[in-house]
Amino acid sequence: MIDSDVLDRVLNEARCHGAGFAEVYAEDRRNTGVAYDDGRVDGVSSGRDRGAGVRVINGVTTGYAHTSDLSERGLLAAARAAADAAGSGTAGVVTVALDRCTPGGGTRVEVDPNSVSKARRVEMLTEVDEIARSVNGAVTQVSAGLSDSYRSVLVANSDGVFVTDEVTRVLFRVSVVADGDLGMQTGAESLGFTGGWEVFDRYALTDLATEAAEQAVRKLRARPAPSGQLPVVIAQGTGGVLFHEACGHGLEADHIAKGASVYAGRMGELVASPLVTLVDDGTIDGEWGTRSFDDEGQATRRNVLIENGVLVDYMWDHIRARDEQRAPSGNGRRQDYASLPMVRMTNTFVLAGDDDPADIISSTEHGVYVAKLGGGSVNTASGDFVFGMRDAYLIENGQITEPLREGNLIGNGPQVLSDIDMLGNDFAMGGPGTCGKDGQGVPVGTGQPTLRVSSMTIGGTAA
Amino acid sequence: MSATESNEELFALADSLIETATGGEQIEVYISRGSSTEVRVHNGEVEHFVSAMSSGIGIRVINDGRTGSAHAGTLDAGIASAVLAEARENVSFSSVDEWAALAEPDGVDVTKQDLWSDELERYPTSDKVELAQRLERMTLDLDCRIRVDDTNFVDGGGEGLVVTTTGIRRYGRSNSCYLSVSTLADDTDGTRTGFGFAVGAHPGEFDVERAAREGVDRATRLLGAIKPTSRSTTVVLDPFVTAQLLGIIGSTLSGDAVVRGRSLFADRVGESIAASTFTLVDDPTDPRAYTATDLDGEGLAARRNVLIDEGELRGFVHSSYSARRGGAATTGNAIRGGYAGSPSAGCLALQLVPGERAQSDLIASIDDGVLIEGVSGLHSGVNTVSGDFSVGATGMSIRHGALAEPVREFTIASTIQRLLNDIVEVGGDLEWLPMRASGSSLVIRDVMVSGSS
Repeated sequence: MIDSDVLDRVLNEARCHGAGFAEVYAEDRRNTGVAYDDGRVDGVSSGRDRGAGVRVINGVTTGYAHTSDLSERGLLAAARAAADAAGSGTAGVVTVALDRCTPGGGTRVEVDPNSVSKARRVEMLTEVDEIARSVNGAVTQVSAGLSDSYRSVLVANSDGVFVTDEVTRVLFRVSVVADGDLGMQTGAESLGFTGGWEVFDRYALTDLATEAAEQAVRKLRARPAPSGQLPVVIAQGTGGVLFHEACGHGLEADHIAKGASVYAGRMGELVASPLVTLVDDGTIDGEWGTRSFDDEGQATRRNVLIENGVLVDYMWDHIRARDEQRAPSGNGRRQDYASLPMVRMTNTFVLAGDDDPADIISSTEHGVYVAKLGGGSVNTASGDFVFGMRDAYLIENGQITEPLREGNLIGNGPQVLSDIDMLGNDFAMGGPGTCGKDGQGVPVGTGQPTLRVSSMTIGGTAA
Repeated sequence: MSATESNEELFALADSLIETATGGEQIEVYISRGSSTEVRVHNGEVEHFVSAMSSGIGIRVINDGRTGSAHAGTLDAGIASAVLAEARENVSFSSVDEWAALAEPDGVDVTKQDLWSDELERYPTSDKVELAQRLERMTLDLDCRIRVDDTNFVDGGGEGLVVTTTGIRRYGRSNSCYLSVSTLADDTDGTRTGFGFAVGAHPGEFDVERAAREGVDRATRLLGAIKPTSRSTTVVLDPFVTAQLLGIIGSTLSGDAVVRGRSLFADRVGESIAASTFTLVDDPTDPRAYTATDLDGEGLAARRNVLIDEGELRGFVHSSYSARRGGAATTGNAIRGGYAGSPSAGCLALQLVPGERAQSDLIASIDDGVLIEGVSGLHSGVNTVSGDFSVGATGMSIRHGALAEPVREFTIASTIQRLLNDIVEVGGDLEWLPMRASGSSLVIRDVMVSGSS
């Protein structure tokens, strides 16, 4: 994308005021999307964005500037702007020659999405629409989309890091509205992978369409969710967002450094039930949050964060790792070239336990079973977090019974983690997620086995 | 956007593209170009300084009822031609939609507004840093229990234009800024958080002291917070929370949601859907609104629309598409997410017609209730199609007409339909916030609080 001698000159310009560290991040991004809604193709769109961001770190201050002009002139202007923003430093300029570029493993792509015609995509979505509508006469609306994105990335910095990588992702989503005597209800499913179009040969989109439609139809007879504290059982693969919110964000080193996390200063302590081992791993083939390198050019890796309930590590980016004089963990990510990198999760999951999932349900006298979670959010400083239940049921006498209407559950991270009293042997990864932080969205994966929290506050309306 | 003098260079690029239209082809070119800065201060030092320039072009082509679109993050003429070619190609894969068409000039005059501040444009970088440093220092000096997570100065300005083969030629520019602080306060039970902010046309209008005071109060008031008992009770929404609720209500009144069968209120125009004290207006022509604008996303004049009048649903907000399909006139409410987004119908600047009493008087009339100062999980616990409403909350208990202990880690739940009918009173306060809605205190009865059993 950019020649190494140009990068050398840009990195030198970026340190013209004596800053200790400079970095160039460049990307070329293309995406194609077909949206289907209301029984017809709602839009076919294509996008292309390319540009570079220059980051200069001078002591505690980071300067950042970006440009969509990838010529040497454009890059030098961005470098000068970033250098000016970072202010004057005292580090002597050490010229680093970027002579050897390390290519990333890229994404294993068997079927290039570009080889799949838009006509074929429309055909797939038409079938999804027909199947969803055929599930039940109560289905009144179907919306679905197929999209793919390709990102070519380059990172070079004054420490000598020089890598390139290519990432391909494909995403399918479907949402259904059903109408009944008590009003409308919705169902939704999605499927996303870091990989090529071949994933759609492995999974039948029509099954997801059927499931989304059935979810909406089931909820037409849903009763209001309970209000107050009850045991909660969360189905395999869907509840990873619980850990993403209950402790994932709180283990990001930027929150830790500012004392804005309930997990700050608790290294080596028991912060969860001894059943819980939490891992963040950006290397898992095909998962939504997978990359060869993070957006600071560090190789992604498997990082154990909580081991048998004990806090063993946080997640790190360049700045926070530098401050602690330790190695980064491959968690420095950014939304795009216009955004500063920061500590982010990749694929975050809890390893399997020993319990039979059927026993977890049958041993719960009265509670809530969440088959599908929605999104969530957390206040990392207080540890209070919420997540939504999109498809949930009452558990009565150890049996799953009535469907429940949607609502949020609320809890405090360390408390909920220590209240996990059963953990299934049925680990599964969940659907694709977009994690938002400081205005930036990045793709993340989550996963967990079926589990039970002995008590959580359920935000329904039923007394 | 503010409709002002044109920019020849951008118009020339747009004109060169729409001139290529053939036969019945309609082309819309949307161009935006802008810059922004973000200064973050921590412990008196600049933590980061981001200087951003962005520009891009989005093109929609409609031919025989089929729509295709494409965009690129550059204004390079060669790439713009390629974007047009891509949009045309995308047309061929689209379905025929009898209502698909670009907006046409509708004769409604633009309410001229002053959305550009030369003072902000000229504001020196060093002063932006100093302002953030001053807010941080002022916040810390107010209360020894307070820590500051970060303090930010953010500004942005840009210009945009819409040119179509249907005769729309509109250009506007605007800029804005805000200052914010995120606070932390600690007690033996843990850490509580708060925030404060200042908005204004330029930094000279910022009330920095008020931002500091709010940041301190919000966090320290929650110290010692307990989980409230579960019960159905009366809540008072703080203006900041009301504004978020208005955003949700606004989305159920989008003409797009109506014509696509996703609005709760689709068949209810002319009926009573809310308490009679509730009058909701979308008014981007009110210059006090943070999102005030002269033009909508399709280049039509933005205008004042009464959506709910004393409880009665008066109508929806429309883009030209939803209006045509819904058999209504456009209300000038097309919104688009920058050059990469397609226009859809949405509220631009919501506000309530305020009542008469101050928040303290509202509270004085309540025997048992909760003042809701913060909510979370609006995206995960609110379903705008079914109306289910459940959000995490923090606030203060109300007992015998006065504020009592702080409360946290609970939810409030109802349905959107019931919330509107259960509104008891709208406060006389009206706060302008850096979002698409302003806020007034709002009293709602029979809301389920889920806390301790």
